[in-house]
Amino acid sequence: MAVLDFINFYLVPGLVLGSIYAIGAIGITMVFGILRFAHFAHGDLATMGAYLALAAVVLLGANPWIALPIAMAAAAALAIGIDRAFYEHLRERPRIVTVMASLGVALMLRSVVQVVWGVDPVTYQRGIVRPDEYFGILLRPRELYTLLSLIVIVVALSAFLKMSKWGKAMRAMSDNPDLALLSGVDNRRVTILTWAIVGALCAASGFMLGVNTELNSMMGWHLLLPMFAAAILGGVGRIEGAVLGGFIVGVVEELSVLVLPGHYKAAVAFAILLLILLVRPRGLLNGKVL
Amino acid sequence: MELIGLANYAVFIAILIGIYALLSLGLNIQWGFTGLFNAGIAGFFAIGAYTSAILTSPHVAGRVGGFELPIVVGWAGAIAMAAAIAWPIGRICLRFRSDYLAIATIGVAEIFRLVIKSEDWLTGGSRGITGIPRPFGDFDYMASQLAYLALVVLAVVAVYLLVERQLRAPWGRMMRAIRDNEHAAAAMGKRVEARRLQAFIFGCALMGFAGALFVHFNRSITPEAIDPMIATFLIWIMLILGGSGNNRGAILGAVVIWLIWSISELLTDRLPTEVAIQAKYIRVFIIGLMLQLVLRFRPEGILPEERRKEAAQPRTATNA
Repeated sequence: MAVLDFINFYLVPGLVLGSIYAIGAIGITMVFGILRFAHFAHGDLATMGAYLALAAVVLLGANPWIALPIAMAAAAALAIGIDRAFYEHLRERPRIVTVMASLGVALMLRSVVQVVWGVDPVTYQRGIVRPDEYFGILLRPRELYTLLSLIVIVVALSAFLKMSKWGKAMRAMSDNPDLALLSGVDNRRVTILTWAIVGALCAASGFMLGVNTELNSMMGWHLLLPMFAAAILGGVGRIEGAVLGGFIVGVVEELSVLVLPGHYKAAVAFAILLLILLVRPRGLLNGKVL
Repeated sequence: MELIGLANYAVFIAILIGIYALLSLGLNIQWGFTGLFNAGIAGFFAIGAYTSAILTSPHVAGRVGGFELPIVVGWAGAIAMAAAIAWPIGRICLRFRSDYLAIATIGVAEIFRLVIKSEDWLTGGSRGITGIPRPFGDFDYMASQLAYLALVVLAVVAVYLLVERQLRAPWGRMMRAIRDNEHAAAAMGKRVEARRLQAFIFGCALMGFAGALFVHFNRSITPEAIDPMIATFLIWIMLILGGSGNNRGAILGAVVIWLIWSISELLTDRLPTEVAIQAKYIRVFIIGLMLQLVLRFRPEGILPEERRKEAAQPRTATNA
């Protein structure tokens, strides 16, 4: 039974947490790879997405999982708007200036959440859900849906990037923006499309965290470090890398409670980040180094 | 009475402006002159504050300390500790673009926040550390405040002169060369990484010193004393608005932003309670928006970096 205990108490929670990190890290790795800067508003955009879903739940009385696509669409539009308003005019300046602007956007998004929804934690649905048993493995429906959502997102996104015209354009821009421009790729449109996908992914990761725990105005900010650790661990620019990185960070965080006090979980992501930068900055799957 | 209250408040604000000016100068060394992105300023500030507090405060049961060392030793400890924590971070992250440093410094600030909150034996947990001595603390109130203000002003002037001197020296020219074109600087034989590490540690040490000055002014410190994101962000907007790359701009930015921040706090505190809490977040929003506006419409700040003569005559420029 020791193996089942390990799976139920450490591996499953770690993989669920890892999926949430992975969904966020895919967005981070896309901005990092295609637009070439570290997007610090990512976590707070996730918070905003989670609260947009809450608004949909409250206004429409809908099931949270139906509110998810609405929140993703709204966050996608918001991300494009943020790019238009705050990042676009900085494109000719050193990229680090855009990083700074994104830190400002993070603060702005968070204060909007705090003004509109307050600072007290809330949940989508009340009540305790009992886990179902699958061959001895205990899974709550929401955990199962989280894992399935990650799979759907990764498959859909990979297919889009590999097969569609715009997906290829995005990969071309990630590999070499000047060459892509010369080959007739419309950088502006690719940028807008990237933000749409990234915004939707942000909302999804914030929502998953909200469904599995609770919503509060700092939730996204606390996701930022593990998401960056996951993206860099997997290799910047690599979707599969972000997923692998997310799972590793999630599982190691859950396992860390065996040796560290629980409140130091956040330090685990930081340690992984420093370690990978020290020994293999390209990440496990050979990503980019900026 | 009203007048005395006002004078007290003005002195209080002035002391805090001095402390923020030191932080802004520290950031200017990192960002303005070297192009390094430190997003964990509040972390290094808190490291300095707690180090000096632990070294100089009296003994309390259940917490390490009671060293009751002289305040100057506390300051030196704060500077050394901030530098010692900056060193490995810089060592790992400065090989890459500054984005990585930004992530790592956010990590330092977050983790130090956790340490402060949960390690009761070291930092007193949520009770914090109290009974921290203040230089001239046994004067009567106003004299003590004024004496501390003089001390802070002295520190700002001293740091300003030292940094200015350093930046006018060949070292400063080399730093700007690295910031503006690291490949060219490397080709000229400059050790880019080592120089960046120097600037990063130097800046962080200054932030630790500012933390020590704050803690001895406040006489106590709790985890709630510093909101990491808001404090860090205020210092960024001070530097960007004032003029990054210009030390006088850094100080001017600290004055302007801290005045706006404290006066707006005075105003929002008069609002009814329900609105006052929301007003607090709206202030944060406005600060964020202000950064965006400055970046867009006046990226060089109020006092832009001075273009020195040698920049206008590249052909006659000599090697540093």
